[in-house]
Amino acid sequence: MNDKPERLIDKKGLRLDGRKPDQMRPVKLEVGVIPAADGSAYIEQGKNKILVGVYGPREAHPKHLALQDRLVLKCRYHMAPFSVQERKSPAPSRREVELSKVIREALEPAIFTELYPRTMVDLTIEVLQADGGTRCASISAASLALADSGLPMRDLVVACAAGKADDKIVLDLMDEEDKLGSADVPVALMPSLNAITLLQMDGKLSQDEFERAVSLAIDGCKQIYLLQKDALKAKYKNVKAEGEE
Amino acid sequence: MAAVVAKIKQKQIGVLIDKGKRLDGRGLTDYRDLKVEQGLIERAEGSARVHLGKTEIVVGTKVETGEPFSDTPNEGVLTVNAELVPLASPGFEAGPPDENSIELARIVDRGIRESKMIDTEKLCLEAGKKVIVVFVDVYVLNHDGNLIDASALAAVAALLNTKMPNYEYEDGEVKVKSGTTALPLSQHPVTVTFAKIGDKLVVDPQLEEEEVMDARISMAVDDDENICAIQKGGSGYFVPEQVLEASRLAVKKAKEIREKLDW
Repeated sequence: MNDKPERLIDKKGLRLDGRKPDQMRPVKLEVGVIPAADGSAYIEQGKNKILVGVYGPREAHPKHLALQDRLVLKCRYHMAPFSVQERKSPAPSRREVELSKVIREALEPAIFTELYPRTMVDLTIEVLQADGGTRCASISAASLALADSGLPMRDLVVACAAGKADDKIVLDLMDEEDKLGSADVPVALMPSLNAITLLQMDGKLSQDEFERAVSLAIDGCKQIYLLQKDALKAKYKNVKAEGEE
Repeated sequence: MAAVVAKIKQKQIGVLIDKGKRLDGRGLTDYRDLKVEQGLIERAEGSARVHLGKTEIVVGTKVETGEPFSDTPNEGVLTVNAELVPLASPGFEAGPPDENSIELARIVDRGIRESKMIDTEKLCLEAGKKVIVVFVDVYVLNHDGNLIDASALAAVAALLNTKMPNYEYEDGEVKVKSGTTALPLSQHPVTVTFAKIGDKLVVDPQLEEEEVMDARISMAVDDDENICAIQKGGSGYFVPEQVLEASRLAVKKAKEIREKLDW
Protein backbone atom coordinates (compact mmCIF):
# COMPACT_ATOMS: atom_id res chain seq x y z
CA MET A 1 0.00 0.00 0.00
CA ASN A 2 0.98 3.62 -0.55
CA ASP A 3 2.03 5.74 2.40
CA LYS A 4 -0.75 7.68 4.03
CA PRO A 5 -0.73 11.36 3.04
CA GLU A 6 -0.17 13.70 5.95
CA ARG A 7 -2.90 16.09 4.94
CA LEU A 8 -5.94 15.70 2.72
CA ILE A 9 -6.10 19.44 1.99
CA ASP A 10 -2.96 21.48 1.34
CA LYS A 11 -2.09 25.03 2.41
CA LYS A 12 -3.72 26.48 -0.69
CA GLY A 13 -6.96 24.73 0.24
CA LEU A 14 -6.69 22.16 -2.54
CA ARG A 15 -7.32 18.42 -2.22
CA LEU A 16 -4.97 15.55 -3.11
CA ASP A 17 -6.16 15.54 -6.72
CA GLY A 18 -6.08 19.34 -6.96
CA ARG A 19 -9.82 19.88 -6.48
CA LYS A 20 -11.39 22.69 -4.47
CA PRO A 21 -13.49 21.59 -1.45
CA ASP A 22 -16.79 22.04 -3.30
CA GLN A 23 -15.61 20.62 -6.61
CA MET A 24 -16.75 17.31 -8.04
CA ARG A 25 -14.58 14.78 -9.86
CA PRO A 26 -15.08 14.55 -13.64
CA VAL A 27 -18.20 12.49 -14.42
CA LYS A 28 -18.80 10.61 -17.66
CA LEU A 29 -22.15 8.94 -18.28
CA GLU A 30 -23.23 6.74 -21.15
CA VAL A 31 -26.60 5.11 -21.80
CA GLY A 32 -27.37 1.92 -23.75
CA VAL A 33 -23.97 0.26 -23.43
CA ILE A 34 -25.10 -3.39 -23.13
CA PRO A 35 -27.01 -4.51 -26.24
CA ALA A 36 -28.46 -7.64 -24.58
CA ALA A 37 -29.99 -5.69 -21.69
CA ASP A 38 -33.38 -3.94 -21.71
CA GLY A 39 -31.67 -0.92 -20.25
CA SER A 40 -28.07 -0.15 -19.37
CA ALA A 41 -25.70 2.62 -18.36
CA TYR A 42 -22.05 3.21 -17.59
CA ILE A 43 -20.53 5.77 -15.26
CA GLU A 44 -17.03 7.01 -14.65
CA GLN A 45 -16.63 9.29 -11.66
CA GLY A 46 -13.00 9.90 -10.83
CA LYS A 47 -11.46 6.44 -11.12
CA ASN A 48 -14.79 4.70 -10.46
CA LYS A 49 -15.91 2.61 -13.43
CA ILE A 50 -19.35 1.05 -12.99
CA LEU A 51 -21.71 -0.80 -15.35
CA VAL A 52 -25.43 -1.26 -14.73
CA GLY A 53 -27.79 -3.57 -16.60
CA VAL A 54 -31.58 -3.83 -16.30
CA TYR A 55 -33.77 -6.76 -17.36
CA GLY A 56 -37.56 -6.68 -17.22
CA PRO A 57 -40.30 -6.16 -16.28
CA ARG A 58 -40.48 -9.92 -16.69
CA GLU A 59 -41.88 -12.95 -14.88
CA ALA A 60 -40.69 -13.02 -11.28
CA HIS A 61 -38.04 -15.55 -10.48
CA PRO A 62 -38.37 -17.29 -8.09
CA LYS A 63 -42.12 -17.04 -8.60
CA HIS A 64 -43.12 -16.72 -4.93
CA LEU A 65 -41.40 -13.33 -4.79
CA ALA A 66 -44.03 -11.84 -7.12
CA LEU A 67 -46.46 -9.32 -5.59
CA GLN A 68 -50.10 -9.12 -6.68
CA ASP A 69 -50.30 -5.33 -6.67
CA ARG A 70 -46.90 -4.15 -7.85
CA LEU A 71 -43.58 -4.78 -9.50
CA VAL A 72 -40.68 -6.19 -7.47
CA LEU A 73 -37.29 -4.57 -7.95
CA LYS A 74 -34.38 -6.91 -7.40
CA CYS A 75 -31.05 -5.21 -7.01
CA ARG A 76 -27.55 -6.62 -6.83
CA TYR A 77 -24.53 -4.43 -6.14
CA HIS A 78 -21.34 -6.32 -6.75
CA MET A 79 -17.66 -5.46 -6.85
CA ALA A 80 -15.35 -7.21 -9.28
CA PRO A 81 -12.45 -9.04 -7.58
CA PHE A 82 -10.01 -6.75 -9.43
CA SER A 83 -11.83 -3.51 -8.60
CA VAL A 84 -9.81 -2.77 -5.46
CA GLN A 85 -6.16 -2.86 -4.32
CA GLU A 86 -6.35 -6.25 -2.60
CA ARG A 87 -8.38 -8.88 -4.46
CA LYS A 88 -11.97 -9.00 -3.25
CA SER A 89 -13.58 -12.41 -3.02
CA PRO A 90 -16.36 -12.61 -5.63
CA ALA A 91 -18.78 -13.98 -3.01
CA PRO A 92 -21.15 -11.24 -1.81
CA SER A 93 -19.84 -9.59 1.36
CA ARG A 94 -22.06 -8.23 4.12
CA ARG A 95 -21.27 -4.74 2.84
CA GLU A 96 -22.50 -5.67 -0.63
CA VAL A 97 -25.71 -7.17 0.78
CA GLU A 98 -26.40 -3.96 2.70
CA LEU A 99 -25.57 -1.72 -0.26
CA SER A 100 -27.81 -3.77 -2.56
CA LYS A 101 -30.65 -3.09 -0.11
CA VAL A 102 -30.09 0.64 0.35
CA ILE A 103 -29.57 1.17 -3.40
CA ARG A 104 -32.84 -0.66 -4.12
CA GLU A 105 -34.63 1.49 -1.55
CA ALA A 106 -33.09 4.61 -3.12
CA LEU A 107 -34.45 3.70 -6.57
CA GLU A 108 -37.89 2.28 -5.66
CA PRO A 109 -39.49 5.65 -4.83
CA ALA A 110 -38.89 6.74 -8.44
CA ILE A 111 -40.65 3.77 -10.06
CA PHE A 112 -44.39 3.48 -10.72
CA THR A 113 -44.31 -0.06 -9.35
CA GLU A 114 -48.12 -0.36 -9.39
CA LEU A 115 -48.15 -0.31 -13.21
CA TYR A 116 -46.53 -3.74 -13.53
CA PRO A 117 -48.07 -6.09 -10.95
CA ARG A 118 -46.73 -9.66 -10.65
CA THR A 119 -43.50 -8.80 -12.47
CA MET A 120 -39.87 -8.33 -11.53
CA VAL A 121 -37.13 -6.02 -12.71
CA ASP A 122 -33.58 -7.29 -12.22
CA LEU A 123 -30.99 -4.59 -11.80
CA THR A 124 -27.33 -5.56 -11.66
CA ILE A 125 -24.53 -3.21 -10.74
CA GLU A 126 -20.96 -4.29 -11.42
CA VAL A 127 -18.22 -2.12 -9.98
CA LEU A 128 -15.27 -2.67 -12.33
CA GLN A 129 -13.04 -0.23 -10.48
CA ALA A 130 -13.69 1.43 -7.13
CA ASP A 131 -12.45 4.87 -6.08
CA GLY A 132 -14.70 5.92 -3.18
CA GLY A 133 -18.34 6.81 -3.57
CA THR A 134 -19.31 3.70 -5.52
CA ARG A 135 -22.83 3.52 -4.03
CA CYS A 136 -23.58 7.04 -5.22
CA ALA A 137 -22.12 6.54 -8.67
CA SER A 138 -24.03 3.24 -8.88
CA ILE A 139 -27.33 4.96 -8.11
CA SER A 140 -26.74 7.72 -10.68
CA ALA A 141 -26.03 5.09 -13.34
CA ALA A 142 -28.76 2.67 -12.21
CA SER A 143 -31.55 5.21 -12.53
CA LEU A 144 -30.32 5.98 -16.06
CA ALA A 145 -30.38 2.28 -16.90
CA LEU A 146 -33.95 2.04 -15.55
CA ALA A 147 -34.99 5.06 -17.64
CA ASP A 148 -33.24 3.54 -20.67
CA SER A 149 -35.29 0.35 -20.21
CA GLY A 150 -38.44 2.44 -20.69
CA LEU A 151 -39.83 1.94 -17.20
CA PRO A 152 -42.14 4.86 -16.27
CA MET A 153 -40.43 6.92 -13.57
CA ARG A 154 -41.32 9.91 -11.40
CA ASP A 155 -37.84 11.35 -11.77
CA LEU A 156 -34.24 10.27 -12.21
CA VAL A 157 -32.49 9.43 -8.96
CA VAL A 158 -29.07 10.98 -8.61
CA ALA A 159 -26.58 10.54 -5.80
CA CYS A 160 -23.49 12.25 -4.51
CA ALA A 161 -21.59 12.26 -1.23
CA ALA A 162 -20.22 15.05 0.89
CA GLY A 163 -18.00 14.61 3.89
CA LYS A 164 -15.30 16.01 6.08
CA ALA A 165 -11.58 16.00 5.38
CA ASP A 166 -9.10 17.89 7.58
CA ASP A 167 -11.96 19.80 9.26
CA LYS A 168 -13.37 21.02 5.94
CA ILE A 169 -16.70 19.98 4.43
CA VAL A 170 -15.91 18.62 0.96
CA LEU A 171 -17.92 17.33 -1.99
CA ASP A 172 -17.61 13.93 -3.67
CA LEU A 173 -15.01 12.08 -1.59
CA MET A 174 -12.44 10.01 -3.42
CA ASP A 175 -10.89 6.84 -2.03
CA GLU A 176 -8.26 8.45 0.25
CA GLU A 177 -10.73 10.98 1.65
CA ASP A 178 -13.27 8.22 2.22
CA LYS A 179 -10.76 6.13 4.17
CA LEU A 180 -8.83 8.86 6.00
CA GLY A 181 -11.43 11.61 6.24
CA SER A 182 -13.55 12.03 9.33
CA ALA A 183 -17.04 11.70 7.85
CA ASP A 184 -18.89 10.54 4.75
CA VAL A 185 -22.51 11.46 3.94
CA PRO A 186 -23.90 9.84 0.78
CA VAL A 187 -27.20 11.36 -0.39
CA ALA A 188 -29.55 10.26 -3.20
CA LEU A 189 -32.10 12.72 -4.51
CA MET A 190 -35.02 13.01 -6.93
CA PRO A 191 -34.27 16.65 -7.81
CA SER A 192 -37.63 17.65 -9.32
CA LEU A 193 -39.48 16.29 -6.28
CA ASN A 194 -36.95 17.53 -3.71
CA ALA A 195 -37.01 14.00 -2.25
CA ILE A 196 -34.09 12.34 -0.47
CA THR A 197 -34.22 8.60 -1.18
CA LEU A 198 -30.93 7.56 0.38
CA LEU A 199 -29.11 9.04 3.32
CA GLN A 200 -26.32 7.39 5.22
CA MET A 201 -23.49 8.66 7.29
CA ASP A 202 -20.46 7.47 9.14
CA GLY A 203 -17.90 9.55 10.98
CA LYS A 204 -18.52 12.46 13.30
CA LEU A 205 -20.27 15.68 12.44
CA SER A 206 -21.77 18.43 14.57
CA GLN A 207 -25.33 19.48 13.82
CA ASP A 208 -24.06 22.46 11.83
CA GLU A 209 -21.53 20.42 9.85
CA PHE A 210 -24.17 17.81 9.06
CA GLU A 211 -26.52 20.45 7.66
CA ARG A 212 -23.74 21.89 5.51
CA ALA A 213 -22.75 18.44 4.27
CA VAL A 214 -26.31 17.54 3.26
CA SER A 215 -26.72 20.84 1.46
CA LEU A 216 -23.39 20.43 -0.38
CA ALA A 217 -24.27 16.85 -1.38
CA ILE A 218 -27.60 18.08 -2.77
CA ASP A 219 -25.74 20.70 -4.85
CA GLY A 220 -23.55 17.88 -6.18
CA CYS A 221 -26.61 15.80 -7.03
CA LYS A 222 -28.05 18.67 -9.04
CA GLN A 223 -24.86 18.97 -11.09
CA ILE A 224 -24.89 15.25 -11.96
CA TYR A 225 -28.63 15.45 -12.73
CA LEU A 226 -27.86 17.73 -15.70
CA LEU A 227 -25.26 15.26 -16.99
CA GLN A 228 -27.75 12.40 -16.59
CA LYS A 229 -30.31 14.15 -18.76
CA ASP A 230 -27.66 14.92 -21.40
CA ALA A 231 -26.55 11.27 -21.46
CA LEU A 232 -30.13 10.05 -21.90
CA LYS A 233 -30.80 12.53 -24.71
CA ALA A 234 -27.48 11.67 -26.39
CA LYS A 235 -28.51 8.05 -26.90
CA TYR A 236 -31.80 8.94 -28.52
CA LYS A 237 -30.19 11.62 -30.69
CA ASN A 238 -28.04 8.83 -32.11
CA VAL A 239 -31.08 6.62 -32.59
CA LYS A 240 -32.82 9.47 -34.42
CA ALA A 241 -29.78 10.11 -36.63
CA GLU A 242 -29.62 6.41 -37.56
CA GLY A 243 -33.31 6.43 -38.42
CA GLU A 244 -32.90 9.35 -40.77
CA GLU A 245 -30.01 7.82 -42.69
CA MET B 1 -59.45 -11.11 6.48
CA ALA B 2 -56.29 -10.10 8.30
CA ALA B 3 -55.35 -7.85 5.39
CA VAL B 4 -58.71 -6.05 5.62
CA VAL B 5 -58.26 -5.38 9.33
CA ALA B 6 -54.76 -4.17 8.62
CA LYS B 7 -56.09 -1.70 6.03
CA ILE B 8 -58.58 -0.27 8.53
CA LYS B 9 -55.86 0.02 11.14
CA GLN B 10 -53.51 1.57 8.60
CA LYS B 11 -56.00 4.34 8.03
CA GLN B 12 -56.52 4.79 11.76
CA ILE B 13 -52.77 5.07 12.37
CA GLY B 14 -52.51 7.72 9.66
CA VAL B 15 -55.50 9.73 10.91
CA LEU B 16 -54.24 9.64 14.52
CA ILE B 17 -50.73 10.70 13.60
CA ASP B 18 -52.09 13.57 11.57
CA LYS B 19 -53.69 14.81 14.81
CA GLY B 20 -50.42 14.31 16.70
CA LYS B 21 -51.61 11.11 18.43
CA ARG B 22 -50.63 7.44 18.29
CA LEU B 23 -52.27 4.02 18.73
CA ASP B 24 -50.84 3.48 22.21
CA GLY B 25 -51.44 7.04 23.40
CA ARG B 26 -47.86 8.24 23.01
CA GLY B 27 -46.92 11.64 21.61
CA LEU B 28 -45.11 11.66 18.24
CA THR B 29 -41.67 12.05 19.82
CA ASP B 30 -42.13 9.76 22.84
CA TYR B 31 -40.29 6.49 23.34
CA ARG B 32 -42.07 3.44 24.72
CA ASP B 33 -41.11 2.23 28.20
CA LEU B 34 -37.44 1.34 28.23
CA LYS B 35 -35.89 -1.20 30.56
CA VAL B 36 -32.21 -2.18 30.49
CA GLU B 37 -30.77 -5.08 32.52
CA GLN B 38 -27.14 -6.16 32.49
CA GLY B 39 -25.22 -9.33 33.23
CA LEU B 40 -27.93 -11.97 32.83
CA ILE B 41 -25.84 -14.45 30.81
CA GLU B 42 -23.03 -15.66 33.07
CA ARG B 43 -21.14 -17.52 30.34
CA ALA B 44 -20.80 -14.38 28.22
CA GLU B 45 -18.07 -11.84 29.00
CA GLY B 46 -20.81 -9.23 28.98
CA SER B 47 -24.55 -9.22 28.40
CA ALA B 48 -27.65 -7.04 28.48
CA ARG B 49 -31.36 -7.29 27.88
CA VAL B 50 -33.42 -4.40 26.60
CA HIS B 51 -37.19 -4.11 26.64
CA LEU B 52 -38.53 -1.30 24.48
CA GLY B 53 -42.27 -1.66 24.84
CA LYS B 54 -42.82 -5.27 23.80
CA THR B 55 -39.65 -5.43 21.70
CA GLU B 56 -37.05 -7.55 23.48
CA ILE B 57 -33.36 -7.86 22.64
CA VAL B 58 -30.58 -9.79 24.33
CA VAL B 59 -26.96 -9.05 23.51
CA GLY B 60 -24.03 -11.18 24.61
CA THR B 61 -20.38 -10.29 24.10
CA LYS B 62 -17.52 -12.75 23.77
CA VAL B 63 -13.86 -11.76 23.90
CA GLU B 64 -11.10 -13.73 22.17
CA THR B 65 -7.69 -13.08 20.71
CA GLY B 66 -6.97 -13.12 17.00
CA GLU B 67 -5.11 -11.47 14.17
CA PRO B 68 -5.62 -7.79 13.33
CA PHE B 69 -6.78 -6.60 9.91
CA SER B 70 -3.84 -5.74 7.65
CA ASP B 71 -4.92 -2.08 7.29
CA THR B 72 -5.21 -1.60 11.08
CA PRO B 73 -2.33 -3.71 12.49
CA ASN B 74 -2.34 -2.02 15.91
CA GLU B 75 -6.08 -2.09 16.60
CA GLY B 76 -8.33 -4.70 18.15
CA VAL B 77 -11.30 -6.01 16.21
CA LEU B 78 -15.03 -5.43 16.76
CA THR B 79 -17.47 -7.85 15.12
CA VAL B 80 -21.22 -7.31 15.34
CA ASN B 81 -23.73 -9.92 14.25
CA ALA B 82 -27.52 -9.92 14.53
CA GLU B 83 -29.86 -12.90 14.62
CA LEU B 84 -33.53 -12.46 13.83
CA VAL B 85 -34.44 -15.56 15.80
CA PRO B 86 -37.45 -17.40 14.31
CA LEU B 87 -39.26 -17.48 17.67
CA ALA B 88 -39.39 -13.66 17.75
CA SER B 89 -41.78 -13.06 14.84
CA PRO B 90 -43.88 -14.99 12.32
CA GLY B 91 -41.86 -13.20 9.63
CA PHE B 92 -38.43 -14.48 10.74
CA GLU B 93 -37.01 -17.61 9.18
CA ALA B 94 -34.12 -19.84 10.19
CA GLY B 95 -31.13 -19.86 7.90
CA PRO B 96 -28.19 -17.68 6.93
CA PRO B 97 -28.56 -13.97 7.77
CA ASP B 98 -30.80 -12.14 5.30
CA GLU B 99 -30.43 -8.50 4.26
CA ASN B 100 -32.51 -7.30 7.21
CA SER B 101 -30.33 -8.93 9.84
CA ILE B 102 -27.15 -7.87 8.03
CA GLU B 103 -28.40 -4.29 7.86
CA LEU B 104 -29.36 -4.33 11.55
CA ALA B 105 -25.93 -5.64 12.54
CA ARG B 106 -24.16 -3.06 10.39
CA ILE B 107 -26.20 -0.17 11.82
CA VAL B 108 -25.40 -1.27 15.39
CA ASP B 109 -21.75 -1.75 14.39
CA ARG B 110 -21.50 1.72 12.84
CA GLY B 111 -22.94 3.46 15.91
CA ILE B 112 -20.32 1.83 18.17
CA ARG B 113 -17.43 2.12 15.70
CA GLU B 114 -17.95 5.67 14.47
CA SER B 115 -18.60 7.09 17.94
CA LYS B 116 -15.20 5.61 18.89
CA MET B 117 -16.83 4.05 21.93
CA ILE B 118 -14.12 1.37 22.09
CA ASP B 119 -10.49 2.47 22.15
CA THR B 120 -9.39 -0.29 19.78
CA GLU B 121 -5.70 0.66 20.01
CA LYS B 122 -5.77 -0.44 23.65
CA LEU B 123 -6.92 -3.88 22.45
CA CYS B 124 -3.63 -4.50 20.66
CA LEU B 125 -1.36 -7.15 22.21
CA GLU B 126 1.41 -7.18 19.58
CA ALA B 127 1.10 -4.93 16.53
CA GLY B 128 0.44 -6.86 13.34
CA LYS B 129 0.30 -10.18 15.20
CA LYS B 130 -2.18 -10.49 18.06
CA VAL B 131 -5.08 -8.34 19.11
CA ILE B 132 -8.19 -8.71 21.23
CA VAL B 133 -11.37 -9.46 19.28
CA VAL B 134 -14.74 -8.39 20.70
CA PHE B 135 -17.81 -10.18 19.36
CA VAL B 136 -21.18 -8.52 19.88
CA ASP B 137 -24.07 -10.85 19.12
CA VAL B 138 -27.53 -9.28 18.95
CA TYR B 139 -30.42 -11.66 19.59
CA VAL B 140 -33.90 -10.44 18.78
CA LEU B 141 -36.30 -12.27 21.13
CA ASN B 142 -39.53 -10.43 20.37
CA HIS B 143 -40.20 -8.16 17.41
CA ASP B 144 -42.62 -5.34 18.07
CA GLY B 145 -40.88 -2.68 16.03
CA ASN B 146 -37.77 -0.47 16.22
CA LEU B 147 -35.27 -3.28 16.49
CA ILE B 148 -32.54 -0.78 15.59
CA ASP B 149 -32.72 1.47 18.67
CA ALA B 150 -33.33 -1.44 21.06
CA SER B 151 -30.43 -3.46 19.60
CA ALA B 152 -28.06 -0.48 19.65
CA LEU B 153 -28.89 0.22 23.31
CA ALA B 154 -28.52 -3.45 24.25
CA ALA B 155 -25.16 -3.66 22.47
CA VAL B 156 -23.82 -0.59 24.31
CA ALA B 157 -25.17 -1.89 27.64
CA ALA B 158 -23.53 -5.27 27.04
CA LEU B 159 -20.18 -3.67 26.18
CA LEU B 160 -20.36 -1.58 29.37
CA ASN B 161 -20.97 -4.83 31.24
CA THR B 162 -18.08 -6.72 29.60
CA LYS B 163 -15.18 -8.02 31.66
CA MET B 164 -12.40 -9.40 29.51
CA PRO B 165 -9.66 -11.79 30.63
CA ASN B 166 -6.25 -10.24 31.34
CA TYR B 167 -4.29 -11.20 28.24
CA GLU B 168 -0.55 -10.87 27.86
CA TYR B 169 1.58 -11.60 24.84
CA GLU B 170 4.97 -13.15 25.63
CA ASP B 171 7.40 -14.97 23.31
CA GLY B 172 4.83 -15.36 20.56
CA GLU B 173 2.18 -16.76 22.87
CA VAL B 174 -0.96 -15.37 24.42
CA LYS B 175 -1.09 -15.91 28.17
CA VAL B 176 -4.14 -15.40 30.32
CA LYS B 177 -3.40 -13.92 33.73
CA SER B 178 -5.82 -14.07 36.63
CA GLY B 179 -8.63 -11.54 37.02
CA THR B 180 -10.59 -9.55 34.49
CA THR B 181 -10.61 -5.99 33.16
CA ALA B 182 -13.35 -3.78 31.76
CA LEU B 183 -13.11 -2.84 28.08
CA PRO B 184 -11.45 0.51 27.26
CA LEU B 185 -14.65 2.48 26.63
CA SER B 186 -15.49 6.16 26.49
CA GLN B 187 -18.58 7.11 24.48
CA HIS B 188 -22.21 5.95 24.90
CA PRO B 189 -23.73 6.15 21.41
CA VAL B 190 -27.52 6.23 21.32
CA THR B 191 -29.41 5.57 18.08
CA VAL B 192 -32.76 7.27 17.48
CA THR B 193 -35.09 5.99 14.76
CA PHE B 194 -37.90 7.93 13.09
CA ALA B 195 -40.67 6.58 10.89
CA LYS B 196 -42.23 8.80 8.25
CA ILE B 197 -45.98 8.31 8.18
CA GLY B 198 -47.88 10.73 5.95
CA ASP B 199 -45.76 13.84 6.21
CA LYS B 200 -45.04 13.41 9.93
CA LEU B 201 -42.06 11.91 11.74
CA VAL B 202 -42.66 9.63 14.71
CA VAL B 203 -39.99 8.45 17.14
CA ASP B 204 -39.59 4.76 18.11
CA PRO B 205 -42.16 3.20 15.74
CA GLN B 206 -43.91 0.08 17.01
CA LEU B 207 -44.46 -2.81 14.59
CA GLU B 208 -47.87 -1.69 13.30
CA GLU B 209 -46.46 1.75 12.58
CA GLU B 210 -43.50 0.21 10.77
CA GLU B 211 -45.91 -1.71 8.57
CA VAL B 212 -47.54 1.49 7.33
CA MET B 213 -44.50 3.81 7.27
CA ASP B 214 -43.13 5.18 3.98
CA ALA B 215 -39.56 5.18 5.19
CA ARG B 216 -37.43 5.28 8.32
CA ILE B 217 -34.27 7.07 9.32
CA SER B 218 -31.92 6.18 12.18
CA MET B 219 -29.30 8.49 13.64
CA ALA B 220 -26.61 7.60 16.18
CA VAL B 221 -25.53 10.42 18.50
CA ASP B 222 -22.45 10.44 20.74
CA ASP B 223 -21.98 11.98 24.22
CA ASP B 224 -20.77 15.27 22.69
CA GLU B 225 -23.92 15.64 20.57
CA ASN B 226 -22.17 14.77 17.32
CA ILE B 227 -24.04 12.69 14.81
CA CYS B 228 -21.90 9.65 14.07
CA ALA B 229 -23.99 7.31 11.91
CA ILE B 230 -27.14 7.53 9.81
CA GLN B 231 -29.18 5.01 7.88
CA LYS B 232 -32.29 5.62 5.82
CA GLY B 233 -34.42 2.56 5.10
CA GLY B 234 -37.66 1.72 3.35
CA SER B 235 -39.02 2.45 -0.09
CA GLY B 236 -40.11 6.04 0.53
CA TYR B 237 -38.33 9.38 0.73
CA PHE B 238 -37.71 12.35 3.02
CA VAL B 239 -37.66 16.02 2.10
CA PRO B 240 -34.44 17.77 3.20
CA GLU B 241 -36.23 19.73 5.97
CA GLN B 242 -37.41 16.45 7.54
CA VAL B 243 -33.86 15.13 7.61
CA LEU B 244 -32.63 18.23 9.43
CA GLU B 245 -35.62 18.11 11.81
CA ALA B 246 -34.78 14.45 12.54
CA SER B 247 -31.13 15.25 13.25
CA ARG B 248 -32.03 17.99 15.75
CA LEU B 249 -34.60 15.78 17.45
CA ALA B 250 -32.20 12.80 17.52
CA VAL B 251 -29.67 14.82 19.53
CA LYS B 252 -32.40 15.77 22.02
CA LYS B 253 -33.86 12.27 22.39
CA ALA B 254 -30.40 10.68 22.72
CA LYS B 255 -29.63 13.08 25.57
CA GLU B 256 -32.88 12.14 27.35
CA ILE B 257 -32.11 8.43 27.06
CA ARG B 258 -28.56 8.89 28.27
CA GLU B 259 -29.80 10.82 31.31
CA LYS B 260 -32.41 8.17 32.04
CA LEU B 261 -29.85 5.36 31.92
CA ASP B 262 -27.23 7.38 33.78
CA TRP B 263 -24.70 6.94 30.93
